[in-house]
This record gives sequence, C-alpha cells and structure tokens, in this order.
Amino acid sequence: MKLSKEEVLKIATLARLELSASEVEKYSHQLSSILDYVEKLNQLNIEGIEPTAHAVLVPTPFREDRVAQDETMEKSLQNAPDREETFFKVPKVL
Amino acid sequence: MQLYDLTIHELGDLLRQKKASSREITESVFRRIRAVEPRIRSYVTLTEELALQQAKRADEKIAKDVGAIHELPLRGIPIGIKDNFLTEGIKTTCSSKILHNYIPPYNGTAVKRLIDEGAVVVGKLNMDEFAMGSSNENSAIGVVRNPWDLERIPGGSSGGSAAAVAAGECIAATGTDTGGSIRLPAALTNLVGVKPTYGRVSRYGIVAFASSLDQVGPIAKDVTDAAILLKALAGHDPRDSTSLNVPVPDYTKTLVPDIKGWKIGIPKEYFIEGLDIEVKKAIDAAIGTVKRLGAECVEVTLPHTDYGVPTYYILATAEASSNLARYDGIRYGHRNRSVRELIPLYEKSRSDGFGAEVKRRIMLGTYVLSAGYYDAYYLRGQKARTLIRRDFEKAFERCDVILTPVSPTPAWKIGEKIDDPLKMYLSDIFTINVNLAGLPGMSLPCGFTEGGLPIGMQLIAKHFEEEKMLRVAYAYEQATEWHKRRPKL
Amino acid sequence: MEYETVIGLEVHAQLLTKTKLFCACPTEFGRKPNVSTCPVCLGLPGTLPVLNRQAVEFAIRAGLATDCKIAEKSVFARKNYFYPDLPKGYQISQYELPICLKGHLDIEADGVKKRIGLTRIHMEEDAGKLVHEHPETRAKDASWVDFNRGGTPLLEIVSEPEMRGPQEAVAYLKKLRAILVYTEICDGNMEEGSLRCDANVSLRPIGQEKFGTKVELKNMNSFKNVEKAILYEIDRQTAVLEDGGKIIQETRLWDADRGETQSMRGKEEAHDYRYFPDPDLLPLVVEGAWIERVRKELPELPDAKKERFMAQYRLPAYDAEVLASSRGLADFFEVCAAEFAQPKKVANWVMNEFLRMIKNDERLIPASRLKPKHLAEALRMVEEGTLSGSAAKNVLQKVFDTGETPKAIVEKEGLAQISDEGSIEKAVEDVIAANPKEVERYKAGNDKLLGFFVGQIMKNTGGRANPAKVNELLKKKL
Repeated sequence: MKLSKEEVLKIATLARLELSASEVEKYSHQLSSILDYVEKLNQLNIEGIEPTAHAVLVPTPFREDRVAQDETMEKSLQNAPDREETFFKVPKVL
Repeated sequence: MQLYDLTIHELGDLLRQKKASSREITESVFRRIRAVEPRIRSYVTLTEELALQQAKRADEKIAKDVGAIHELPLRGIPIGIKDNFLTEGIKTTCSSKILHNYIPPYNGTAVKRLIDEGAVVVGKLNMDEFAMGSSNENSAIGVVRNPWDLERIPGGSSGGSAAAVAAGECIAATGTDTGGSIRLPAALTNLVGVKPTYGRVSRYGIVAFASSLDQVGPIAKDVTDAAILLKALAGHDPRDSTSLNVPVPDYTKTLVPDIKGWKIGIPKEYFIEGLDIEVKKAIDAAIGTVKRLGAECVEVTLPHTDYGVPTYYILATAEASSNLARYDGIRYGHRNRSVRELIPLYEKSRSDGFGAEVKRRIMLGTYVLSAGYYDAYYLRGQKARTLIRRDFEKAFERCDVILTPVSPTPAWKIGEKIDDPLKMYLSDIFTINVNLAGLPGMSLPCGFTEGGLPIGMQLIAKHFEEEKMLRVAYAYEQATEWHKRRPKL
Repeated sequence: MEYETVIGLEVHAQLLTKTKLFCACPTEFGRKPNVSTCPVCLGLPGTLPVLNRQAVEFAIRAGLATDCKIAEKSVFARKNYFYPDLPKGYQISQYELPICLKGHLDIEADGVKKRIGLTRIHMEEDAGKLVHEHPETRAKDASWVDFNRGGTPLLEIVSEPEMRGPQEAVAYLKKLRAILVYTEICDGNMEEGSLRCDANVSLRPIGQEKFGTKVELKNMNSFKNVEKAILYEIDRQTAVLEDGGKIIQETRLWDADRGETQSMRGKEEAHDYRYFPDPDLLPLVVEGAWIERVRKELPELPDAKKERFMAQYRLPAYDAEVLASSRGLADFFEVCAAEFAQPKKVANWVMNEFLRMIKNDERLIPASRLKPKHLAEALRMVEEGTLSGSAAKNVLQKVFDTGETPKAIVEKEGLAQISDEGSIEKAVEDVIAANPKEVERYKAGNDKLLGFFVGQIMKNTGGRANPAKVNELLKKKL
C-alpha cells in the first residue's frame, strides 16, 4: 500500500502534526511499508466472524449519581502552560 | 551479596528478624544507583528524600508490629515505578518531551495500592516514549542500557524497569505491557515479568497507550517476588470500567513446586525459522526440565499466530492516535510559544513534543480510522482478534499452560533495529497475541547464551488463571539456578 | 418553480442528573471557572470514564416517552476532533448503536395534526465553554476555557426530515420540550442552553423525491428565533435557486440582531471524526426489566393529559392544551378543581391570572405562595357572593405576594363584597347625585355612560360592590 506525500500530509493535518519535507518523505516510505505488511490480514477469511472490541467482557459497570467534590483543581491548573486565575488561557480562537 | 541484590521475600525475612531496616535497604539501593546509574540510565526522576521518609515510616510500623510484614510483604521495600504511572506531586513524563514538566495532581490506583502497602518509592523509571517501543531506544530522556551488556538494549517499553531491577537499582519494579513491554525486557535481563489477565489490575492512573491492550504488572527477580507484587496490584477498581470484579487469590500461596501430571502446550507456530539457535536450545532444555518435573508436553496449534503483529499495529495504533489527542498544549505539557493561532499551536506543540516512533504510530492509527478505511483495517483487525482468541481457547482444551519463547533473539545491539520500524515490530511476535486475546502471560529466566546474554521463556494461561502459570514458573525456577545470577557491573 | 421545504431538527438536551456523565463532578456549578472539574473531565493523562446510571435511566425515559425502541445493547463511540473546549481530543458519544431508535412525536400546526418521526436518541458528553472575551476584564486578545460544563450528560435527539415549514418545526420543538420537562429529565431552558436546537433546512421542487442540499442552522436560542431563522433561510435558498445558483452544503449561524443567517464557511474544515467504539467503556446492556420499570413509572404525558382534561373536565381543546403544557400547571389545576368542582372556572383563573402571576414560568409554581386551595377558597367566596370577581383578582395577587389565605386578607382589608341592597342603593344614589351632567347625557341616549357610573360606584366602594346588583339598581334609578 503506497502512501503518497499528499496522503501523508492529510493524515498529519488530521492528527495535528507538522512535518518537514524530509519527514514527509521518510514517513511516507515507512508508513507504506508497514501498511504493506498489514495487508497480510487480507488473506484472512473473516466471513461471519464477530469483531472483538473488548478482550474480556464484564457486565456494564455504573456509577451512582452522587456528587464527589474533587479538590485537585488548583494542582491541575498548575500544569497549565497559560492561565488566568482559574481559567485556562489560549491564543485567541477566531 | 549486598542488600540491593536480594529479593522482596529475602528482605522481608531480614526486616522481620530485625537484621536489616528499611532505611538500610533504601540507602543501599541509592548507593547502588549512584554507582551504576550513569552507565544504565534507568531513571527519569529519583525521589530519595521521599523514599527515606517512607523508609522511616516503614521502620516505625515494623517496630510496632513485626507480624504485619506477613500480610504486607512490601512494607519498607524500595520499588521503582515506570514513568507512565501517574504519581501525585512527582513529575511524570512517559519519557516524552511533551510531558517534560507534568506534575500529576493524583496517584493512580496501582501506585496508591503500593504506597498503602508501605512500599518505598525509589523514583520514576525510563521507558520507550508513551510505551511505544521494544528496545527503550525511543526515549526523550535517553537510551537505557542492558546491565548484562552495556552495548545492548534491555528491551522495551519497560526497559528502565527491567534494567533497574537487574542492576540492583530497586528491588522490584512496575511495568506496563501492551504488546510485550513487560515480558520482553524481563526476558532480556534475566528477570520475571508478569502481564496479568486484561482487567486484573486497574488502568486508572496509567497513561493510556492502547486501552484494550494495556495492562500493569511486576518486573522482579523471581517468581515469588512477582507473585507478591501481583497480589498487591490486582483487584477491582470502580474507577476503571474495564476492571474485573473478581476476587484476587493470594498468588504466593499457589507457589508449590509440583506440576506432576500437568499438561504444557507447545505451539508449533512459535518454533520458526527465525528463532535464534541459542534461544531454541534454551527453550528445548526448559521443555526437558519441565518434563522431568512430571509434566506432560503436548503439541498444540495456534494457526493465526502470524496475524498478530499486523492486527496489533492496526488496533493499538488506532487507539493510541485517539488516546494521545489530549496532548495538545492547552491544559498541560509542552506548548510551543512561537505561534499565536490555534491550529499551528497544536501542530507545533505536538511535533515538538512527540518523538518519531510516537508520530509514526499516531499517523498510522489516524489513517486506519479515517473515512473509508475503517472497515478495511480496524474492523478487519477486530475480527482477526477474534480468530486469535479462539486459537487459544481451542489450545487450552488440551493443556493447562502454554510454553513459548519470549523473543526470537537475545538482546540486540543498540541502534541495530532502530532504523527499520517493521524489523523492530517483529520483536514482539511471540508476546503480542497474548495481549490481543487478553490472556495472562509471563516470562522467566531459562538460560544464557555463550556470550552471557539472558534468555527467557514465556508461559501463558487461560483468563483469570494466573495461578497456573505462576505455579509452573515456580516449579521450573526451583529446579534451576538462572534467577540467582546477577550481572557484573 | 414551487419549492417544498424539508426540515429536520437535532436537539441537544442537558440532563438533570446531579453529576456528570462519566465522573462525579456536580452538574450544578458555581460561577468560578473550572471549580466543578476533576482529572477525568479535564482529560488529564491516565483518567478513565465510568457511566452514570441515572443518565441512562433518563435516556430510557426519553425514549419511552417518544415511542422509541430501547436498544438492549448500545455502544459508546469516540468522536475525534481537536478544539480547546474538548479536553480529551475526542467526545464520548454514541454512533452506530444508539440507545433509542425509531420513535415519533405527534404535533399540531396550523390546525393540522401530523406525526413526525424521530430517528434516534443517543447519549453523549457536553464540551466545556470557550469564551473570547474575559468576563471580568473584558480583554479580547486571547480566549479562555472553562470546563465546568464539560462532561455534562446530553441527549441528542434527531428527527426525521419530515417537517415542511417553520410552524411544524416550532410545534415539534415545543412538544419535545414539553415531554422532556414533563418527564423531569431536562429543564428545557433554551436561553441558558440546557436545550439546544439545530435545524437542517433544504428545498426541493414540489413532486421531487430526492432531497435538495441541506444547510445546517445553529445558534437559535428560542422558539421565536427558530421560526425566524428557518423563514430567513427558506427565503435565502429560494432566492439562490431562482437565480440559477446552487445551494452550498454548509453550517450557518443565526444572527438574531441582524436577522440573518451567516456562513461559517472558511472557519470549519471538513471533519473526519474517525468514530470507533470506546475501548474504555463496556457495551451498555439494558435489560427488559429495567425498561419495564421505567415504562411503568412514566408520568402521564402532555397529549394523554390533554385528552383526559377534555374528557374528564369537559374543557375545550384550547384550555386543555394550555393547562397540559406544563405538569406543574396541570397539577395546580387538578388539585384546585378537586376542591372547587367547576373546572371551567378554575381553568379560566389558572390560565389567565395565575399564569400571569408566575410570568409564564412554570419553574416558579413550586415556590408559589398561592396554592390551589387558596384559589378554591377564593372561587367559593365569589360563588357565595362574598367576594366580587374583580376584588378576587386583587385578593389572589395579595395571596401570591404574602401567602395569607383569601379569607384572612378579605377580613383584614375589609374587601368583602357589598351585596345588600341598602348599601348599594345608597352608593348608586350618591353617584347619581354627584354627576348630574352625566346623568343627563345618559338619559339623552348615551348608553356608554353606564360604564362610567359603574366605575364611579366601584371606586367609591373600593371595588367591593356586587357588580350585578349595581347594574340592576343603576338601571332602575336612571
């Protein structure tokens, strides 16, 4: 499966990654060869096979609708790259 | 032997007999760290002050109630924590630039359990960035070296954990295993590494890589130590919806060296061309030992074995691409300051912060989930997963535990595979299917190469049957001396 | 060319649970930003979601109240995109397997009854709030994020594109809102955003089966605005088509100040949400027993209540509709009608005076000092003649304001109606004597002045004279 440079750039945009020209080249090769290898799965006959989304199925766990005040807000905010009191601050979003 | 060379249970005896204190043990570990760490680089962060405080508290508790050590064998024991475990107030980086300054506001459940049991936290261990790697060469902190041969990799992604335990830089350590990241480094460093049944140990407080595959487990010097740690870590957690609500047995009680009449399955698909000749020799010898112990070895077949790696690299990368979307420079972590617009902010921060392997996997995962490709890749991968799981179910009809090699080769040289991602991915070929099926698996020492490199073997059991594989492991271990060796540093 | 309008509505309703969908933070939050957050709803590394059972209960209730089929197994899926108000970089929602499917709402618009299909209802978490002007400093050079709202449980309710005009759309929205408020799963407040409505509007030539290109309208925060926005959009699209142009598929924001929809094109790229089942959450399994219990506990819904009011109390359709539109109002009416068995009279008072007093806001009913028994008491007094109709209005207002009983107020303020002939006769004579010019003009044929005399008498008696008697005696004397 050959990935063109355009496709690589499209993926990078979706994933919010910025790639240099040489990186686009490099990743286009590497991802293509990985995808080639992954094509192996096309050999499989998966007719009528159910997908496994969960390795081990347990009954749906629930949480009761009870408030638990969390006290970690200030500690969490301390990691903010930019804040204004208790707001997270970001560059202006147009 | 120094205090840092001993096992959890040996140190427990000393603590009980008042022949050593937690303070002495901890100081011994930190002296060792100072001596060897520059050559190994297992640690990202050391927490010596905290450790000594915890040691002091442990000694006080032990003085009051010596008997309590039986119930809490981790009390006073210095443990290393892999740096993708969130630790309150202690920097947690996942060996990534993007979290280079991140200080969690909470302790994950696994960490909390260890601290509640009185363990002493030595520090945070180096790893492959975001747990993505098989050699610990993908670390923004630096490459970790194998204590058995400093020119070689220790395995990954829990490379720091394995190297530290092997080198005496902590008595035991925690790791995570998504495709083999506990079992592989344990095998390459002469240690015991256990990946429990999926859902056995809470994932709350572990930085997620591939949510349906990640599991927490111990890396330790012998089976008894691993059992002690596993018992402390395992158990239901209401904060993790995938956590099993199943009672945790006392794994140490199952360690009886008797496996007469047990059936050990040997899957023919794991004994392939590419298997290193010395690894094959060691595994064959291990099979011989197991037979001598009274077990019966039966050939089983796992026909879909070869589809494990491609399946994994679809499903795990898909989940990872989504799990790593939160690293966007908005609320925490690295933010690129040179831009004032949103999309460039995301792109530059993430590109600055993530290493090449992480970017590769994010892109691969994004691609397989993208419009038009979901059925061809992700859905197909989920179905392949079903087939792999069924292989094991069938095989377990004929045996109690399955025995395989862990790695096709012993530890390879630093730099040898790093330029060929696919070659690196194939190192996981024997471990990966265990994660896809959600089964418990472990590796333990079973020999050395002529050149003195450790070789490990893998045991796999049915869901929730950790006890079975631990018992076979213990029986084998007690009949051999591999686990007693220490690297010369 | 004659065009037919095709409208589908997507409504998001915030659920009245105490806590968020996947963590135990309170949904009722204080004004300080980010005080109602925790590592889970902030999307900190290592956190995991755990499903709020009550939110599922509400989803089942909503589904049953709209005749949906409740899925025994539904799946949470991740909707992946990047935005500052989305902490995990994905929203946990439901995609291929939602919890409710294929329901309907019965509406009436322009006198025509119609059934509008409901495609699906699914659960999802709300995003945080991104503001572009600091609420205190009024700075505009950055943006600020508050995650208090992030993680609040939402139901997304999607209709079939079966509405054909703005009236139908508003009727649907009103009916849906009434059901959600009735079943106590949402407070239905469009201004504050606990009920949000997006509309998909397209035109097609009459007779054509294929749908035209649809445009999504957002930012309509009231029934009126929904109506205006749709009308504007119909005109806009008609003009484009008649000009020979093509409708561009896009999202447009309603600008209430300017009265127009504006394109968001250029601000939005095509989203590829890369939906996949969330591996951190198990499939949601809802057993039949749970569904049955919720079904049994459903309150009487607006339509059923309206029918019953018409049958049981012989109320006209209009009255029944107004009273049944709110559970609080309906209950008030019924409690009162139980004590004063003239339902039409009760209905009039409730629909007019009481509704006015609570400013049409049913949320004020529980706290109202005026209780059904008070209204019954006042109506009894009017019936007996001790209180005049107009005096009753004043008395009830005072009850509403102070909580004292009508009897107590009437006594205290001496508002009892004057009905005895003697007093009224005197009042009539006084007014006639005081206004000789008007008496002449009335006698000369200006009948309208009767009202003037009545007014004067009422003024002089503090509104307490029995109007019927006044009229009778006035006419006699004049």
